[in-house]
Amino acid sequence: MSKPLENVEVALFVTCLVDINRPSVGFAAVKLLEEAGCRVVVPDAQTCCGQPAYNSGDRSSTKDIAKNVIRAFKGYRYVVAPSGSCAGMIKKHYPELFADDPDILLEAEELAARTHELVSFLNDIADFEPDDVKLDKKITYHDSCSSLREMKVKQQPRDLLGEVDDLELIEAEDREACCGFGGTFCIKYSEISEEMVDQKISNLLATKADIVTAGDLGCLMNIAGRLSRKGHKMKVLHIAEILAGMGDKPGIGEGQS
Amino acid sequence: MQVTSRKFKENAHDAMQDENLRAALGRVKQGFTTARANAAAELPEFEDLRDQSRDIKDHVLENLDYYLEYFERKVIEAGGHVHWCSTAKEARDTILKICRDVDAKTVTKGKSMITEEIGLNKFLESQGVEPIETDLGEYIIQLADEPPSHIIGPAVHKTKEQVTELFHEHHQQYGYTEREEDAEKLVGEARAVLRHKYVTADVGITGANFLVAETGSTAIVTNEGNGDLTQSLAKTHIAVASIEKVIPTLEDVSTVMRVLARSATGQEMSVYTTFSTGPKRSDDIDGPENFHVVLLDGGRSEMIGTELQELLRCIRCGACMNHCPVYHAVGGHSYGWVYPGPIGAALNPQMVGIEEARHLPNASSFCGRCEEVCPVRIPLPKILRFWREKAFEQQIGPKPERWGIEIWGFFAKRPWIYRLMTKAAVRVLKLMSGKKGKIRSLPFNNGWTAVRDLPAPQGATFMEQWKKREGK
Repeated sequence: MSKPLENVEVALFVTCLVDINRPSVGFAAVKLLEEAGCRVVVPDAQTCCGQPAYNSGDRSSTKDIAKNVIRAFKGYRYVVAPSGSCAGMIKKHYPELFADDPDILLEAEELAARTHELVSFLNDIADFEPDDVKLDKKITYHDSCSSLREMKVKQQPRDLLGEVDDLELIEAEDREACCGFGGTFCIKYSEISEEMVDQKISNLLATKADIVTAGDLGCLMNIAGRLSRKGHKMKVLHIAEILAGMGDKPGIGEGQS
Repeated sequence: MQVTSRKFKENAHDAMQDENLRAALGRVKQGFTTARANAAAELPEFEDLRDQSRDIKDHVLENLDYYLEYFERKVIEAGGHVHWCSTAKEARDTILKICRDVDAKTVTKGKSMITEEIGLNKFLESQGVEPIETDLGEYIIQLADEPPSHIIGPAVHKTKEQVTELFHEHHQQYGYTEREEDAEKLVGEARAVLRHKYVTADVGITGANFLVAETGSTAIVTNEGNGDLTQSLAKTHIAVASIEKVIPTLEDVSTVMRVLARSATGQEMSVYTTFSTGPKRSDDIDGPENFHVVLLDGGRSEMIGTELQELLRCIRCGACMNHCPVYHAVGGHSYGWVYPGPIGAALNPQMVGIEEARHLPNASSFCGRCEEVCPVRIPLPKILRFWREKAFEQQIGPKPERWGIEIWGFFAKRPWIYRLMTKAAVRVLKLMSGKKGKIRSLPFNNGWTAVRDLPAPQGATFMEQWKKREGK
């Protein structure tokens, strides 16, 4: 069967958290995109999408960072990020950021049009299905706020997980509720964030799943960190890792040994 | 009311320790969200109605002066009076003067957030006029001497047991000497006590969900019918409303009403929808002899034409707070002023100042559920971000937070230094974690590790490893 994106160039927006904390998510994304036929490039001049500054009210730093991103990702047919949050920043918020700056606005809009969240890109555009991936585990999927509400990613991850052999998907209560991460929110308002993540993990644990997954590393680090602090054994993985057949590797916050 | 938004964190801390409150908030979370979701799902045109409602409100805001003057003309034609008040103080004084003119001793009140905003009850009491809340929730919190914690369920933070105690304390004077524990009987008790008050009150004060320009009518929606008794039994009816409540036609009211109750409680319609047009006419069998509308600006006209204008579309349904995970955690009183939840976090900085209210727009994970359910599609997260930018510009907030962002921003703008920094940071964090794969405490910025472990980096950064793979 021919692949719609055979040999099409896709630039990976690694995201700062994946770069620093969990490169395996980046490599899983590369593997999936390559399996879908894409030629993956990783532009050198990328750092972060600018959300920490944007959500802290520092509009001027955000604009500078956004201009870097716009420059670094110029010319690629597609830009894909393994995060609804970072992709949402580029797709929804860059055009807002430069609404009063017509020169850059055009470029921001043009980049926004080319930018996608990984799972929805694989499913909707690359026509990808995991082939010969097996994971005999019970999985529950957390809908991260940005993936769900900004990028409209809802059914795609479920469809793709459904193609993994032996995998059983169990839906959690309130799966669309925020996990309490919210970037700097979880540090500035840690007590409220704690209340939110406790709600989240109690719903996740109730599924009795072996693994919780999502498309955003920020949420997953928050969930993994709280599960670990409370002594719960549920494993936490990014969905790209599961789809790329890395589901048996150590989860987020587990030792590599 | 006294503003305590500055102490949001402390308020929230106390609230989260309160087991009664947690139980009550659990009911908000389950009850309201499910009801709204079902109501929305049952109406195929619900999303279209949200668009239409947004457009109606936008049209009003673009032509506010026209519709307000039209409304005034129609009220006068119907024999009523309109009082224009720029400030809370003007509104309080105006209401007091109307009460004094009819020598009022007691005033019954239907539910009104504007009278909370202007602090009417305390003011009237201080002037020797006794206000009596007739909405059950408002009545409960009046007895408890507390502000509302939710805009449509003012006593939503109270448990049944607390109501039992309150009624026991306050109703003995009416002969109710036994502690009543049955919910239905508690309602009956309040109803019997209030019945008498309606008949003896000199003035009835209500809010207004809509001010209908084409007819000069004020409209209220309630579930208890208390508003109807308040406004039709007293000799004088005062409707208090803010200026953005005006709406062109009855047809428009019908459109907005189709999203109002569904968004609020999940009902298709509230139980009572009541229009008041002028005082009693000669052939009317009942109704007030005097009809006054007190119009409050209260800083709203300043919002027209600014980034905050869209907030004035709000129809006070409460859906944003019903769906807000932060509200679910901390409850309404934590916000420290009249309006709680996302709408309060967006509106209160304008009303009480960003310096006082800076926590409110910051205490959000930007999850976006409020915007997702807002019947008039107010972009609440965008407005919260607007306030964060204002606070940042004006250097309001803790310096270390600001420095943190500035330092991080410095590196994020310079990829090659950033690369060196992340390379080093990853090694330090990896070292700190040992073989465990996580870090339990950090020497700085312990907001993360206060409540969770920090998953340690796997090893070298992605960018380092990628370069190796590409053989660069």
